[in-house]
Parts: sequence; structure tokens; C-alpha cells
Amino acid sequence: MDLINPSVVDLSRFQFALTALYHFMFVPLTLGLTFMLAAMETVYVVTGKQIYKDMVLFWGKLFGINFALGVATGLTMEFEFGTNWSMYSRFFGDMFGTPLAIEGLMAFFMESTFVGIMFFGWDRLSRPAHLAVTYLVALGSNLSAVWILVANASMNVPDGAHFDPTTMRMTFDSFIRVVFNPDAQAKFVHTSVAGYVTASLLVMGVSAFYLLRHEHRQFAARSFRMAAIFGIISTVAVITLGDVLGRMDYEHQPTKIAAMEGLWHTSKPPYEPWIVAALPDDAKQESYFEIGVPYVLTPLVTHSFSTPITGMHELEEQAGPRIESGITAVAALKRYSETHLAEDLAVFQAHEKDLGYGFLATRHAPNQDVSAITDEDLHNVVEQTKPDILPNVFVTFWSFRLMVFLSLYFFVIFAVAAYLSLKKQLERFPLFLKLCLWSIPLPVLATEFGWITAEAGRQPWTVFERLPTFMSASTHSVGYMLFSLAGFTVLYSIFIAAELYLMFKFARLGPESHGEHDPENGTPSLSVIAH
Amino acid sequence: MDLYTVLKLVWAGLLCVLLIGLALMVGMDMGVGTLLRFVGRNDAERRTALNIIGPHWDGNQVWFILGGGAIFAAFPTLYATSFSVFYVVMILLLFSMILRPVAFEYRSKVDARTWRASWDWAFLASGFLPMFVYGAAFGNILQGVGYHFAWNGQYYQDSSFLSYLLNPFAILCGLMAVSLSVFQGGVMLMMRSENPIYSRAQGYARIGALVGAALFAIGGLWIRHVRGFVLLDGDPGMPANPMQGQHVSMEAGAWLHNYVAHPVLWLLPVLGLFSMVAGAVFVSASRPYLAWWTGLGSWVGTIGTVGAAMFPFFMPSSTNPDQSLTIWNSTASQYGLICMLVVALIFVPLIICYTSWCYYVMGGKVRPENIVNDTHSY
Repeated sequence: MDLINPSVVDLSRFQFALTALYHFMFVPLTLGLTFMLAAMETVYVVTGKQIYKDMVLFWGKLFGINFALGVATGLTMEFEFGTNWSMYSRFFGDMFGTPLAIEGLMAFFMESTFVGIMFFGWDRLSRPAHLAVTYLVALGSNLSAVWILVANASMNVPDGAHFDPTTMRMTFDSFIRVVFNPDAQAKFVHTSVAGYVTASLLVMGVSAFYLLRHEHRQFAARSFRMAAIFGIISTVAVITLGDVLGRMDYEHQPTKIAAMEGLWHTSKPPYEPWIVAALPDDAKQESYFEIGVPYVLTPLVTHSFSTPITGMHELEEQAGPRIESGITAVAALKRYSETHLAEDLAVFQAHEKDLGYGFLATRHAPNQDVSAITDEDLHNVVEQTKPDILPNVFVTFWSFRLMVFLSLYFFVIFAVAAYLSLKKQLERFPLFLKLCLWSIPLPVLATEFGWITAEAGRQPWTVFERLPTFMSASTHSVGYMLFSLAGFTVLYSIFIAAELYLMFKFARLGPESHGEHDPENGTPSLSVIAH
Repeated sequence: MDLYTVLKLVWAGLLCVLLIGLALMVGMDMGVGTLLRFVGRNDAERRTALNIIGPHWDGNQVWFILGGGAIFAAFPTLYATSFSVFYVVMILLLFSMILRPVAFEYRSKVDARTWRASWDWAFLASGFLPMFVYGAAFGNILQGVGYHFAWNGQYYQDSSFLSYLLNPFAILCGLMAVSLSVFQGGVMLMMRSENPIYSRAQGYARIGALVGAALFAIGGLWIRHVRGFVLLDGDPGMPANPMQGQHVSMEAGAWLHNYVAHPVLWLLPVLGLFSMVAGAVFVSASRPYLAWWTGLGSWVGTIGTVGAAMFPFFMPSSTNPDQSLTIWNSTASQYGLICMLVVALIFVPLIICYTSWCYYVMGGKVRPENIVNDTHSY
């Protein structure tokens, strides 16, 4: 008897989360730094001042150290769908594979090919040609994010594909709807500007380090100012787009928005408070110690003062009939796969829209066979399946909140930084400079929390309302999973140690100036004078 | 022939091109990685060897990622099944592949003997292992792989990874792939280096070509006794559903049936063998540029030989042959294949243009003294 082992599903989820979160530590920095490098190099090409080339070279070195790990860990992601999510890949690959392949063809190829020339081509290309190469790298890395997020959005809002009973999978039917998935558009801008925030804070923090030590002062002051301005614009954009995304979830994924807001019962506008902090208990389905700000939730989520937001209890109740109908759909589909009779197909088609909810009942069905559920069992199975439609509320609620709190913090720190650096008052506030330095890892944390909100909030589905996570994993043995998990843990730990070591080493070394042996350059670099 | 069948065939052809491109370009870098410790006896020499492929390895590696992406998009069932069936092996491949970008970027950034020596071993592992796995996968697929599907398309594995690793025919194929990559890597080093790296690379490239030719010939004789698969019925235009709709039988030597039916196919193994021998001759005659192109001929010949033998199978199942993956039952939908074809027709020519431009920009010999003075080098 072929059965799905829940432990293997959990281990597969754990491995995917581990490798995706790890990959996502490096990606935002790549997204942001490429554009900052392009901006610095533009100033260099326009003004011809050596200090800007020094900036490109120095920050480019940190970019390179980071980029290598982004590429390396990205390989894992591309393969993991096949190695660990076999059923998902077969079920959804007809559509899902396309944006991934386009990402390779259109974006990743461009980024990877030109990054070599960006590092090695300084002496072989004219300045404008090299600048063009740098822009192509930036464009490539950001286009790459576009296609990955198009793919991800299709898991959250599966547009542009429908289930086909003759092939037992989702059939791709509209490229346009996949690309112009509203979720994809908002996600892309939100995620890439989050990358700009990350890069800005890195550049600002390292520059603050030099200012504190009174080293490379001019270099650091210019880098700091550029980063502060880049950062404040990006933070405003990240918050605005975050709001758009929240509304998107409200429209398309009611379970996700309810879990994010810790909303167990349908909201009562306009008074309903926005919960700032609480302790949600998933087992008891209620929250303790709620602290909220009244009148905020409704306008925040719905952009109106009167629309209620459906709570999790109500969503569970609404799911009951869909689970029941889905069970009929799965049973009819299985019969149809054996008989190919038109009457079985007709029954299936009548219940087709609930197919995913029928799959969701798999783990509560006798021998995991939904078609074996008897009429007496039906009520029980439906009741057991109902709570499964909700994501883990504690995780979704808190990862969302931590992301929001951090982004508000970034807004403040960038605003102060931009003000002080424009007023040239930075060095009078060493404590603030220290704060900038110690804040470097925070945007990485915030983007990780954002990712957790989006992906944990999508549960229990891999393809929202179509395919449950429980059915999506490859049917490996526990031993296989332990082998790969152990390997990833060891390898990734070595990588992060090496990366941090190099980042610290090169950040401490500081920019090397080429100013003194570059006669064509107008202003000699002040980093030389500072010594 | 209906449109869907034509599209399936076109994409099977493109898959071949992709597998050849991947073997040639990534294989070349892997070959350099494998040879690194042997052609470079001191740090300056090793850095020279690394910097020869330094500006290009990243672009080349995309062939590998593109291979994964294109198989996912055009053959989702093949992607889903083959990557899971070879789980342990694929994970080992992945571990060695992800070591490579890091090794390139990090190796020369710290001037310490153990640091650099460790990364040099990483290059050896990440050059040898993936090529071995690549070849061994072909060897295993030729013999059939153990898996079956449930009614809803859930796949189940029937054989242990040990049977894929400890399999003499697969080991032979793996070693052949390694030999060809050593050949290609050696030739690339010859093109861009001077003595002493040049003469060492020359020696290894020659060995690679000759060993490759010998293993290819042995494999050809062996395949007559390997159990092959025959598609008894199955409509080429069938819906892409491997769970049902075809019947398959197994018999020894079946992989030669296509050659018996179409003797013109013998040109493929002849091309492979001829290219490898010619490669060894060109290497000995110090004509690395000509030798590089024989490397292309070798891969076209070998991968073409396997493809012609197995047509229309992708990955036969030894435990439930009727559910074997073929060109007819494991592609994407017609709509998906058209989409991907349009995208490929736009971007592949573009990629070829800018990749060639990059090689043009970075052309010329790499010398140890350039590297020490250049702050960007690996």
C-alpha cells in the first residue's frame, strides 16, 4: 500500500524552508547592491571623479562575496522542486515551470554572463561600455526577481491554469494572466525595494563604521549620503507596496489575512482594533493578552470603514460544504480514471471547483483513500479536515508583525540619517552611527519574516485551494531526508562562516584607492589624504 | 502528424541540444576544476588556471540551471520523476555544484595555505562528481529505473539509490563523461595558457580523449546485452499522462532496434568515436582550437547515440514498464510548449550573441603576472 508519511512531508517542508530562507539572506542584498553600484558608476562616468570608482570597486567586492552565495544557494531552489516536491512539480509544473525557465533564459543568464565582465572587464572596456554592463547585471538580477515572484504568485493566486482530468494536472492556459497576476506585480516591487533597503543599510552601516573610526571619511560620507537617500525612498515604497499586498491577500486569500491579523472572529467595523501584540493559541483557536488600537484594522485592510473581514471560525464553517463537495469530486475523479465513463466525468465536473478541499481530506480518510470514505464517516472526516484549512496563526501573526515593526524602524533611521548627512552633522552623533552599524542585519531579518508571512500564510496549500502541501512532497524515506538535511546544514554552515569572515575582513580593510596613480582623474581620492 | 506531436518532437530535440550544451560548457569548467590540482603545481599557476575560466564559469553554469528550468517547463513529469528517483545522487550532485561558485569567489580572497588548499579540493570534488553523476544518470536510465505512479499521479520509488551508484554500466558511463570533461577542460587551458600549464594540460587532454574513446567503444559492445525497452503501443499525440495509455515490453538488446530499422543512425556513434580520436590527434599537434570543436563533436556523437537508441523513451520504468516516461506522455501541454518555444526563439539567439561578445572581450592568454597585479582576479 502506497501511503504518504507525514514525517517525510514535515522534513521536506523543513528542508525547503531552511534552504529558501538561507537563499533569501543573500538575494535582497544582490537586488539592491547591483542598482547602487550602477548608480555610483553613473556618477563616476559623468563626473570622472576617482572616488566614485573606488566606491564601485569596494562595494563591488562585498557584492561579489554575497553574489556567489546567492547563486550557489539558488541552484538548490531550482532543483528542490523536483527532488523533494515531485507531486507538486508534476501537478503544477506545466504552468509553474514556465516562469522559472524564462527566469533562466531572460534574466539569470544575462546577470551571470555580465557579472564576469563587470568584475574582470575594467581595463578592457570603455567607461560607458562598462557602465552598460553594470546596468545589465542590475537589470538581470531584478528581472530574475520578477519571474521568481511571478512563479510564487501563481502558487498563491493560481490564475492562468485549470485542472485537466485526462492528465491529472493543472493545464497552463494563459500566459498573460500568469504574468499580469496582480499578486505578482505587487510582490515584485515589494520584494525588490526591500532589497534596496537591505543594501542601503549595509552601505550606511559600513560607512558609519569608517566615520566612527575617522577613516576614509570622504568616501564614507558620500557612500552614507547616497545610501540614506536610496534607503528612505525604498522604505516608503516597501511600506506602500506592503499595504497593496495586504489588500491582495484580503481579496484572494482570506485565511492568510485572518491569520496575519490574528482575527478568530469576523471583524466588527468600524471599531475593530488592529492587534499590536497577542499570544495566539492555535490549538484552542483563541488569542491571549491582546493589545490593540481601535478603529485601525478595517481601513488598514479593506481601505473602507464599513466592510467586515471574515474571521477564522467563520472561514472554517464556510469550508465545511466545500470539503464535502471536494470528497465527491476526488471519488468521481478516481472512478473516471478507471472507467473513462461520461457519467463519472459529469459528477466530477459538477464538484470540480472543490477538488483541492477533497485532496485536503486525504490525511483523515481511511488508508488515505478519499474514495473509501463511507457516508457514516463523512461527517467525521469533514469535521477533522475543517481546522486544516487554517495556517499556523502564531507564526503568521508574529512574522507579519515583526516585519511591520522593523520597516517602521527603518523609516525612522533612514529619515534621521538622510537629515543628518545632508546637514553634514553625522560625526557629531557617534551613538547614531553605532546604531546604523548594528542595524545592518535587521533588513535581512525583516525580509525573512516577510517571506515567512507569505509562505506560512499560504498553508495548508502549495497551490492555493488546489493542491495541499501534504500531498505535494516526494515520497522519500525518512533516511533520505535526514541525509540531505544533514548535508545542507553542514555545507550551509561552512558557507555562512566563510562569507561572514570575508565580509568582515574586506569591510575592515576598507576601500583601496587607485587615486595616486591615476593621472587623468580630477580629484585625488581623499581616502589617501585621510591616512 | 498533429501539432502537439510536432511540438513534442521539437522539444525533445531542444532537450538534446541543451544536454549537449550543458555537457560541453559546464563540462569544460568542471574539467578545469578536476585538473586544477594537477596542472597547477604552485599557487600562481593554479590561479592562472582558475582565471582562464574565471570570467565565464558563471555564465556557463547557467546552462546547468537552464537545463533544470527547461526540463521543468517543457517536461514537468520527467523533471518531477527523475529528480526524485535519483534523490541521493541528485543531492550529492547539488552539494558539489553549490561548492563551485563559492570556491571561485572565496579561494583567492584569503592568503593562507590551508584555506586555498581546501578550496582546491572543493574544485576537484565539484568538477569530478557532477560529471560522473551526469554520465552515470545516462547509464542508469538506459537500464530502466524503479518507480511507479498511483492513479492521481503521486510517484513512488521502488529501488534504492545504492542500485544506481553501484552499477557497473553506470560507472562506465560516468567515467566516460569525466574523461570528456577532462579533455575539454585541458583544451580550454591550452587555448589560454603558456608553459608549463600548457604542456601539462596537453597531456591530460590527450588522455581524456583516448580514455573517452575506449570507454565509448566498450559501452557500445556492452549495450547489446543490456535490457532495453520497446513501446508496443502508445499514440504520439496522447495526453501527457504517464499513468495509463501505453504498453511497454522489455528485452535484452532492444536499444539497437532503432539502429537496425534506420542504419543511417550509425553515423552518430561514428561521429562520437571519430571526434574523440581526432581530438587526441589535434591536442598532440598543438591545435587546441580545432580540438575544442572535436569536443563538441564528441558530445553530439555520444548523447546523440543514446538519444537515437532510446527514442521515444525518456526514462523507462523497470518496475512498471507501462508507466515508462516517453516523449509522448511526459511533456507539458500544447499551450505550454508553444509559450516556451516562443521564449526560446527570442532569447537563445540573444544569449549566444552576448556570450560570444564576452568571450571576445576577455580573449587572449592569461599569465601569472597579470593575476598578481589585478585586484579583481580570482
